Amino acid sequence: MNLVTNNKWIGQRTIRPDGMDKVTGRAQFAADTTMPGQIWGKVLRSPHPHARIRSIDTSKAEKLPGVKAVVTARDIVDFPIANGAVMLGIQDMRWMCRNVMARDKALFPGHPIAAVAATTEAIAAEACKLIEVDYEVLPWSIEIDDAILPDAPILHEFNKFDGKPSNIAGRLEHKKGDIADGFKKADIVIERTFTTRPVHQGYIEPHACLISVAPDGKTTIWSSSQGQFMVRAMTAYLTGIPQSDIRAIPAEIGGGFGGKTIVYLEPLATLLAKKSGRPVKMVMTREEVMRATGPTSGSKSTVKIGATKDGKIVAAHGTFYLQAGAFPGSPIRGAAGCSFTPYDIPNLLSEGYDVCSNRSKVAAYRAPGAPIGAYAVECVMDEVAEALKMDPLDFRLKNAAKEGTKAAHGPVFPRIGFIETVEAAKNSDHYKAPLGKLQGRGVASGFWFNAGGESSAQVNITEDGNVVVTTGHPDIGGSRAGIANICAELLGIDYRRVSVIIGDTQTIGFSNLTGGSRVLFASSIVVTQSTEKIIQTLRERAAKIWEIDPEAVKWENGAAHPVSPNAGQFEPLTLQELAEKAPAMGGPIGAGVQLNTTGADGGFGTHVCDVEIDVDLGIARVIRYTAVQDVGRAIHPGYVEGQLQGGVAQGIGWALNEEYIYTKEGKVDNPGFLDYRMPVCSDLPMLDCIMVEVPNPKHPQGVKGVGEVPLVPVMAAVANAIYNALGKRFYALPMSPPKVLEVLDAPTREAAE
Amino acid sequence: MAKVHVTTSINGEPMEFLCEPSDTMLDALRGPLALTGSKEGCASGDCGACSITLDDRLICSCLMLAVEAQDHEIRTIEGMAQGDKLHPLQQKFLEMAALQCGICTSGMLVASDALLKKNPDPSEEEVRFWLAGNLCRCTGYDKIVRAVMETAAEMRAQ
Repeated sequence: MNLVTNNKWIGQRTIRPDGMDKVTGRAQFAADTTMPGQIWGKVLRSPHPHARIRSIDTSKAEKLPGVKAVVTARDIVDFPIANGAVMLGIQDMRWMCRNVMARDKALFPGHPIAAVAATTEAIAAEACKLIEVDYEVLPWSIEIDDAILPDAPILHEFNKFDGKPSNIAGRLEHKKGDIADGFKKADIVIERTFTTRPVHQGYIEPHACLISVAPDGKTTIWSSSQGQFMVRAMTAYLTGIPQSDIRAIPAEIGGGFGGKTIVYLEPLATLLAKKSGRPVKMVMTREEVMRATGPTSGSKSTVKIGATKDGKIVAAHGTFYLQAGAFPGSPIRGAAGCSFTPYDIPNLLSEGYDVCSNRSKVAAYRAPGAPIGAYAVECVMDEVAEALKMDPLDFRLKNAAKEGTKAAHGPVFPRIGFIETVEAAKNSDHYKAPLGKLQGRGVASGFWFNAGGESSAQVNITEDGNVVVTTGHPDIGGSRAGIANICAELLGIDYRRVSVIIGDTQTIGFSNLTGGSRVLFASSIVVTQSTEKIIQTLRERAAKIWEIDPEAVKWENGAAHPVSPNAGQFEPLTLQELAEKAPAMGGPIGAGVQLNTTGADGGFGTHVCDVEIDVDLGIARVIRYTAVQDVGRAIHPGYVEGQLQGGVAQGIGWALNEEYIYTKEGKVDNPGFLDYRMPVCSDLPMLDCIMVEVPNPKHPQGVKGVGEVPLVPVMAAVANAIYNALGKRFYALPMSPPKVLEVLDAPTREAAE
Repeated sequence: MAKVHVTTSINGEPMEFLCEPSDTMLDALRGPLALTGSKEGCASGDCGACSITLDDRLICSCLMLAVEAQDHEIRTIEGMAQGDKLHPLQQKFLEMAALQCGICTSGMLVASDALLKKNPDPSEEEVRFWLAGNLCRCTGYDKIVRAVMETAAEMRAQ
């Protein structure tokens, strides 16, 4: 179903502009750079899940030879709770100023208490041990069930729910029709409760930054993040330095998946650099990443679906409780807003509850909230289909959202490609292949909103007739390759003549985060418009040289041509020739566009998963996987497939092994890659992709976001496959070997009892 | 404590450096030797981003003491290409989109090279088990495994 025609570069598997640096070890990630006179920063962290901070004495640490500066919450700009929310994107600065450094209370083990800069990392670590903190240890809760008890220890006394102090920080609902009425019409109703554990984004590069503050306040930040403009703004808010004095330079980013959309180190390093007068480098250890940065929520969801005998869903009700961690802000919008969205359900109530507890504040993770909700909804969908004796994909087709369907979260869908994904899954060789003994097959679908937002681009023609494109969002998974394809296509030149650069905050206009599956959608709009402006200039220049009307000049295959023989007989003028003539013909050729882009279409995917169960060890092994997704238009199919495969691998980890495990003291017990078990190469099969292309009519190239949908259906697809293999359903993640064994051994145990 | 003087060979060149007795080889590479192609993802030998070879044996440089390099031969990602000519694995990783963020790529390439030296005709299963010590969170490993298999086939054909 490839709709891309007559393109030379769009849709081609070109070599990414940053690839050579990355395969030779030259690429500069945040921890790879040093500055003259640089010193090291380290953070002292709370050992307690919940404690009032009575006092902090840093005097001994300050006296240690080699220590250059110490900072505590006193040095960070306070955003008092009573003054109300101060929003920066989705983050409230009242929480951010307390998350980067505990203010009155430590709210999770790993919560920063103070930071030290010293001439070596070892001295900084030693100085942290000399800081004396007087804690009043408080009772705590981590799990949702404990945190919502009437007598639970309250994290934030000012937070009220139903008029009483509570750890429930917010509720959101999407409603359509009347569920009570809807369920009355149902012939079959199934209601189940599911739990998931917190999981970490697991990027391989720990958070890192290097920061220099000059005596006049001019600040240079070199850091790993999903948005240099977010880094600039948050650092400005928390240190009081004006944004115009901060230059945030995006280093190459070694993975983020949502987890690098907030700052942890940058404000601390800036304050340490300011106090010490020296550039400060800070790099987290893996343990710090696991204890103190944002994983996603653990959850408890109840989903009820009612359908008639002929397979039509008449009502659905979902209740999704998500852990926020130490501060409000769990992704309930993704859970409540995405999970039922693939289906046209006349009567629907979808509720989300944001629950604070004593673990690190959650951060975005790939379609935040949506995989949690989809796990519950898509498992119940499977049970309803089975009860109706319907093929699960036919059941989805019968209830599929399509053009004109009103989604519960608001929009009426334009032309969408959900049905196409289900049909492609159904028609795939994978879905028709026979299964062996102890093997099972599961399917699931998923949705993510996708986003547009602010983006800036500058396209400049070099004096030798090549092209430099600058955009403002970090390239996390190959967006530079897509931009090079588009720019080369529009100009009609070889893609290798286009260089794509990520600008820093002081050299390119505001560009929002790399997140929400927005980057190629938004950046290609501003790059297209900039390139079109340049083509207009090139036509005008050729017209001037030929002394004809610009309208009589067309741009084709990298050169200006007369539109027809009637316009005159002229040899084409190439980009290179026009660039060389530029000084005499009006000056440098370049154009920039800055926009708040709109028109992002939602993304849909349908997955097919086969598992095989090792009954002796309790291992559910994924042996075949196919991810089908409506990708709008694949500008670089290699990196679109990469997004699909990467999301699937993360979902398989979430389904089968990954989880935060806590000690009875409330501390994360598996803060490293050995015990927090992400999938390794030998855990996975090849991951097949089917890219359905239903172009987005509101985008010049038809682009839809692709990065997040691939994680949404995975846990349900794996769970449904395990059910199909074993005849047993799991209502809790992860479905790790001990839990599978428990189910397998149950009949034997029962017989023995 | 005084620093230790180490004489070694890195990527075929004689090299000397000073280090603390407790420094790892990764500390030395990224610090005094300024070879930052090897990355620190975990410092516990679980992610493989710092993979190097010591006398042709694949190791995690975060698990080796820098002083142990004395009189041994170290190879890192920086020594993989010959001048401006990429190693066939590097070329294939580029062509087949076998990298996304790129933080694991150095280690993946060093580990894959060590595999092909040992076994020029590995099965998919052998590639997967050999690379099981190198975590990648972006790609789902599919394209990496394919790139290694294809490079092996091309190198055998030559």
